[in-house]
Amino acid sequence: MAGHLSSGTHFLQGNEAIAEAAMIAGCRFFAGYPITPASEISEYLATHLPKIGGIMIQMEDEIASIGAIIGASWAGAKAMTATSGPGFSLMQENIGYAFMTETPCVVVDVQRSGPSTGQATKCAQGDVMQSRWGTHGDYASIVLSPNSVEEMFYLTIHAFNLAEQYRTPVILLADEIVAHMREQIHIPPAESIDIVNRRKPKTQEERFFGGEEVPPMPSIGEGHNVAVTGSTHDEFGRRFTADPGVHQNLVTRLVGKIRNNAELVMDFEAYNATDCEIGFITYGCTSRAAYEAIEMARNNGINAGLIRLKTLWPFPERIVQSMARNAKKIIVPEMNVQQLFFEVERATKGATEVIPVNKIGGGEMLTPEELYSQLKGSEN
Amino acid sequence: MEMPFSSGNYLRGVPFPFCAGCGGTTVANVFLRAVHELGHRNLQGFVFCSGIGCSSWIPSPHFKADSIHTTHGRSIPVATGVKLMRPNLNVVVFGGDGDIVGIGLGHLIHAARRNLDVTVIMVNNMIYGMTGGQVAPTTPQEVKTSTTPYGGFERPLDAVSLVASAGASYAARVTTAHIQQLKGTIKKALKTKGFSFIEVVSQCPTAYGRRAGFKNAGEMLHWMRDHSISIREAQKLSENEVKGKIVIGDFVDRKLPTLTERIQSTIKKASKDGPD
Repeated sequence: MAGHLSSGTHFLQGNEAIAEAAMIAGCRFFAGYPITPASEISEYLATHLPKIGGIMIQMEDEIASIGAIIGASWAGAKAMTATSGPGFSLMQENIGYAFMTETPCVVVDVQRSGPSTGQATKCAQGDVMQSRWGTHGDYASIVLSPNSVEEMFYLTIHAFNLAEQYRTPVILLADEIVAHMREQIHIPPAESIDIVNRRKPKTQEERFFGGEEVPPMPSIGEGHNVAVTGSTHDEFGRRFTADPGVHQNLVTRLVGKIRNNAELVMDFEAYNATDCEIGFITYGCTSRAAYEAIEMARNNGINAGLIRLKTLWPFPERIVQSMARNAKKIIVPEMNVQQLFFEVERATKGATEVIPVNKIGGGEMLTPEELYSQLKGSEN
Repeated sequence: MEMPFSSGNYLRGVPFPFCAGCGGTTVANVFLRAVHELGHRNLQGFVFCSGIGCSSWIPSPHFKADSIHTTHGRSIPVATGVKLMRPNLNVVVFGGDGDIVGIGLGHLIHAARRNLDVTVIMVNNMIYGMTGGQVAPTTPQEVKTSTTPYGGFERPLDAVSLVASAGASYAARVTTAHIQQLKGTIKKALKTKGFSFIEVVSQCPTAYGRRAGFKNAGEMLHWMRDHSISIREAQKLSENEVKGKIVIGDFVDRKLPTLTERIQSTIKKASKDGPD
């Protein structure tokens, strides 16, 4: 697998790190539509993907972009698209299609301030719930949340690996701040990076849509006569649009393959999480201020802790509960009007008080000082 | 020696869901015979993409081939991803007028503009048939539908002219009343390098015919036969004289660089002297 950059230390923008990581993960097809603050991903791949035989095509809209990566994925390619809130909204129907047809692909949503056109160039974390519940019907999603340029790199590779492993769309829920800042990152030698590829069927296998938790995935053009459909189908891909049992089996398995593996998908970083009196549950750009607030608290003798979620969905309930056992208060800072807060409250089941801290507009981050004063004010 | 046509080489044996007299079955039949006459003994090497609507059921799940039955209107974007990653496959899109020039119109124009090397066969029954006879972008203005009970107030779209002007290699219109011409047109489209588009005007006795005053499918076929004129004839007539007629034939048939060729040359250029 080849990216554009050699291994070693580089100074990159978050969006460039996503694009570079995608190439290393094996992405050979990218389709996208210009949108701030995600366009640099398209631009980087337009320049570098053809050099390694890959294709970047700018489509007529975001609906076409996700359509094209679904087609490319069934043609055997690892494929990605990248967008922001408005485009992410347009993609939702086909995200459901990718989930239903078990099409591995990566969708990057670099969050900006909404709803609607909102403050198009400003940062926000308003798509947390859309990334979970954006399409219609019963489904489960895998959503990753990076908080640094280096993590943009690693979670993009992880997103491809999870997509291939579970045969499902994976969403990299970035935000404008992490996407546009520049940081030093270390790209390890290619051979030290774990890359997962989809399991292909053996010659006589025919059950591409069931029979096991994650069935093998054929490519079109390889003689399997695979029939892909977004309608309810059995394990052979045969359409059953009236049989309740077939629908129940299919959707239960599709949701189950993510829910049942939540522990394996779950990724987080913790500091003094299980023994603290007051803790943060944080993610994305906001977590950067939370780390600093913890530092200030420690210097002032406050027993504070932190859990930073790298996996937002499936929601890592167990780790949140581990903090709730001892902490008297849990603070959930977000650049939205309470989205993950309700999920934390649900998971803690009243074991502790959960306090939302929210800031929206102008792309202004919650500052370390603001978060520290919340910690201090919540101390007694 | 010429092998006789056998549907078993091309069909899975799943019964088609179409109403009695539907033109969809005709299109499926003629398509497979065209494929047979081009020397394909089966559908290996083909992939079919379709959207939502009656005509999207022509290939999937009936053809014994790879097929992707996509969301409504999005078959062409999916076909784009397939073709770009597997340029050696014959990618064929089937869809109705609602799918291709209603909800999916933008994708059609852009595919034609790119001269994407796929074949799109649009079965135009002039109505939303599967959902119960609502007005389509192709419905003649005077016809009453379930959502235009007083008659329509919009003009129908000329999809073939649109595709031709957008830059496709091949664009043609034919009807299900012209079986031999339909077969020839499909063969030509499949052999075309670049974007090929066929609009097949087709009868929907259930949702369209009874609203437009036809007793049965046979009457509709006679009407289509009697009201069609070739594009060559049409070019000699005034706009008024052509009104109400179905203009059939090849609107464009030309050699143009294809999207695949252009992308391959970009890859060659980038891998040799990439912009740094």
